[in-house]
Amino acid sequence: MTTAGTFESARPLPRAIGARRPRYGEMVIKGLLGICALLSVGTTIAIVFALLQPTIEFFGDVSIVEFFTSTTWAPLFADPEFGVLPLVTATLLITGVALALAVPVGLLSAIYLSEYARPRVRNVLKPTLELLAGIPTVVYGFFALTFVTPLLQDLWPFGDPPGVFNAASAGLVMGIMIVPTITSLSEDAMAAVPHALREGAFALGANRLTTSLRVVFPAALSGIVAAVVLGFSRAIGETMIVLIAAGGTPNLSFNPAEAMQTMTAFIASAGIGDQPTGSTGYKTIFAVGATLFVFTFLINLISIRLVRRYRQVY
Amino acid sequence: MASPAPGSRLVGEGASRRTGPAQWGFRAAMLVSLLIAMATLVALLVQVVTEGWPRLNLDLLTSFPSSRPRRAGAQSAIFGTLWVMGVVVVTCIPVGIGAAIYLEEYADRTRWYNRLIEINIQNLAAVPSIVYGILGLAFLARGWGDLGPTVLTAGLTLSLLVLPIVIIASREAIRAVPRSIREASLALGATQWQTIRRQTLPAAIPGIATGSILALSRAIGEAAPLLLLGALTFVTFNPSGLDSAFSVLPVQIFNWISRPQEEFHVLAAAAIVVLLVILLAMNGAAIWLRRRYQRRW
Repeated sequence: MTTAGTFESARPLPRAIGARRPRYGEMVIKGLLGICALLSVGTTIAIVFALLQPTIEFFGDVSIVEFFTSTTWAPLFADPEFGVLPLVTATLLITGVALALAVPVGLLSAIYLSEYARPRVRNVLKPTLELLAGIPTVVYGFFALTFVTPLLQDLWPFGDPPGVFNAASAGLVMGIMIVPTITSLSEDAMAAVPHALREGAFALGANRLTTSLRVVFPAALSGIVAAVVLGFSRAIGETMIVLIAAGGTPNLSFNPAEAMQTMTAFIASAGIGDQPTGSTGYKTIFAVGATLFVFTFLINLISIRLVRRYRQVY
Repeated sequence: MASPAPGSRLVGEGASRRTGPAQWGFRAAMLVSLLIAMATLVALLVQVVTEGWPRLNLDLLTSFPSSRPRRAGAQSAIFGTLWVMGVVVVTCIPVGIGAAIYLEEYADRTRWYNRLIEINIQNLAAVPSIVYGILGLAFLARGWGDLGPTVLTAGLTLSLLVLPIVIIASREAIRAVPRSIREASLALGATQWQTIRRQTLPAAIPGIATGSILALSRAIGEAAPLLLLGALTFVTFNPSGLDSAFSVLPVQIFNWISRPQEEFHVLAAAAIVVLLVILLAMNGAAIWLRRRYQRRW
C-alpha cells in the first residue's frame, strides 16, 4: 500500500520537516475516492442527456407550439394530440390542494413543537410525525383510494360528489405526505433562533403568541421558506399517489372532484404500457419528463434565491 | 451558555398568559393541526391492518402471484426485493461513503469543481424519483446498457436514486469526528489514508450505518422508477440471478391495487402490512444503532 522509500538514509542530507515525497498508494486512493464523488456529477449529466436527446427528436415530430398551447393530451391515440396543458394544470391543481393542507398544518405543528411543547412531549410527537415521512408512497396511494375517497364521497360539501378517481383525495393525501418535511425542517429553523430574541420579546411584555409569530417566525423565515419549497417540489414529483388515486384520464379542469392525470402519472402509465423504443409514444415520456425536470429545477433555483434573500445570520 | 430549552417557562411570562381568546384560538389551531397529522397516521395503519387481516398469514409469504386472488401470494416479490436491495447495498454504499470521504477529507472547498460537486449532490437529492426511472430506462434498460427489465437494472437505478442520501448522511457522520483525533494520528506519523481508515472511519461508522439504513428503507418502498423500467409484469418465480426478471413488493402492491376485484385490494393491504413491518424493523435498527454506538465528543 503506502510504500514510501525505505532507503532515504542514503540521501546526503536529512530532509527538512514537511518535505514531501510522492506517496503513490495515497494518490491512487485519493483518485478512487474522487471518482466516487464525480459519479454524482455524472448522474446529473446522464439525466440531462437522457432527457435531452429524445426530447429534441420529439419536437422534430411535434410542433413545440402545439405542445404548450393545445388543450388536449392524447398522444397514444390513432389521431394523436400533444397538448401538455392538461397534465400541467392537473399537476398544479393537485399540488395546490396538497400545499393548502400541508402548509398550515405543517407550520402550526412546527410552531407548537418548537415554541409550546414541553421537551418530553416534543420527544414523543416529533418521531411519531416523522413516521409519516417513512411510509412508502404506494401505501399513501392505497390509503387515498380506499379510505379518503369514500370519506370525501360521503362528506363532499360542494356540488356533485367526487368519483372513484379524483384530484381532491390524491391532493389531500399528498399534503399529509409532505407535512413531516415541512414541520421537521421549519422546526429545526425555529429551534436555531437564538434564545436571547425570545427573552427580549418576553422582557418587553410580549406573550408566547406574539413572540412566536412576530419574533421567532420572521427570524426563521429563510429556513421555513426552504421547507415549504422542498415540500412543493416533492409534491410536484410525486407519482404513486396520483397514479393510484387521481385516475388516468388527461383532463383540463379545475374541479378537484374530477379525475385527472398529472405529468408524473402520465410518465408512469406510458412506461407501464411498454412503448417500443424510438416510437413517438416512447419519446413523449421524455418530453413530459423534461418538462417536469425543468419545473423542479426552477423551483429549486427560486428556493435558493429566497433563502439567500431572507437569510439572517446570528 | 446554558440557555433554557424551548418550551420551558420563562420568568415574567406568567402575567401575559392570562390574555385573550387569540391565544386560546392559536393554541387550538396548533393542536388541531397535530391531531390531523396523527389521526391520519392512525387511520392509515388501522385501515391497512383491518383490510388486510383476512390474508395476513403464511400463505401470503409462500405463494406466488396468481390471477386467482385466493391462491395469490407475494413470495416472488419478497425475494425480488431482497435481490434488488442486495444490488443497492453492494453498489451504493461503497460509492456513497467514498464520495463522502473525498468531500470531507480531501476536497479543497475553495476549488470551483469541489463546490460544483457539492451543489450537484444537493440538487440530485431533490430530483423526482420518476426522473431516475427515465434515466434507468434510457441508459440501463434500453439504449446504452440494454439490460432489459432485470434485477441489475432496478438495483442500479435505485442505487443512483438513494446515493445522495448516503453521501449526505456519511458526510455529516465524518464531519462530527473531532479534528483533534485526525491531528493526533497525523502527528504520530500516519499518512492521510491511514488516518482515515484507522481513526476517522471507525469513529464515523455508527452515523454512516444509520444513514445507509435510512437510504435503503427509502429504496425499498420506491415503486415509480421501477414501473418505467418494465417491472410491472406477471412474475411467478423467484429471481435466479442479476439478469433475471423480477417483481418487488411495492410494484406487486401497485399491481394488486390497480385491479378492480375487492379480493386483490385485501391482498394489497396484507402485503402493505408486510412492507411496513420490514420498514419499521429497519428504522428500529437505525435508531438502536444510533443510541448504542454513537459517541458524543
